[in-house]
Amino acid sequence: MERQPKQTLKGPSQIVSDWASDLSAFKVVWGKAMMWIFLLSDTFIFGSFIASYASARLAASATNTWPDPAKVFALEIGGQEVPLLLIAIMTVVLISSSGTMAIGVYHAYGRNKRMTALFLVITALLGLTFVSMQAFEWTHLIRDLGFRPWTNPMGAPQFGSSFFMLTGFHGMHVTIGVIYLTAVAVRVLKGAYDRGSYVGVEICGLYWHFVDLVWVFIFAFFYLF
Amino acid sequence: MEHAEPVTSRGEQHQPIRVYILVWGLLFVLSTLSYLLDYFDVHPDALRRFLITAFALIKAALIVAYFMHMRFERLGLVLAILLPPLLLMALVAIILPEGTYVFRVREVFFGR
Repeated sequence: MERQPKQTLKGPSQIVSDWASDLSAFKVVWGKAMMWIFLLSDTFIFGSFIASYASARLAASATNTWPDPAKVFALEIGGQEVPLLLIAIMTVVLISSSGTMAIGVYHAYGRNKRMTALFLVITALLGLTFVSMQAFEWTHLIRDLGFRPWTNPMGAPQFGSSFFMLTGFHGMHVTIGVIYLTAVAVRVLKGAYDRGSYVGVEICGLYWHFVDLVWVFIFAFFYLF
Repeated sequence: MEHAEPVTSRGEQHQPIRVYILVWGLLFVLSTLSYLLDYFDVHPDALRRFLITAFALIKAALIVAYFMHMRFERLGLVLAILLPPLLLMALVAIILPEGTYVFRVREVFFGR
């Protein structure tokens, strides 16, 4: 594509040219730099959510006690209540998916098409498992236990709003990640990265590991604290 | 206009596969430890919460450094990504006393 010298451009085309120029910041592939910057902005979103949750939880106990997550998320196995069982399994699934993603990226460096695609698909399936378990958990909480964003039978009403906001936003990220992983896996199989570098897989991996990273903090601060 | 392909992203392997598997295992161990802390309801609360936070931070550092390859990026990018989140500490420093304040106000007005 021919580009005009920047000085001669005026108005909207100048703006487009500046924003679309081949300038490269940070000396990495632009897609990688942009993904990192996107993840940075996402860090602020999740950071704000967790901070607001902390504030709500601190303030709530004056009028109502904060429901104990160990009791809310307990599952009954053979007549015995195991606290946070489903959450523990979800954590294991998500960490596993992060591991398979890392191995997928490892094979992408080695330009091994089939292994890369295989591990991307495994990662996507684990992600899908995670979202399904979260859907099960939400259904259980809403239908069986009567949790709503504005009220719940087990204590402070702020619990619902914090819970649905944090896990809902995270679950949305996982869902988008599954779609993203599937798309990249299809591209790998079609040989879209064979002519250039496989950095697209690594960029996808950055997103997926970030989703796992956020879960680390939700697991620690919302469920275990 | 072509620019030189950056050295770190030309598709060579940064680290052997056993590093990934080792980090993966560590993440499992740390998650299990966090879960057990909650399961056995370790007391005092402050100790349990301190350990849970510490484990979460170690896990986060492992993921960012090894899975996301931050260890191998150029310092310019590392600083651009890792320094700004420190601002969140300022947010936390502002909002936690606010939560305590609201707690006190509610105590006064709702009489508990």
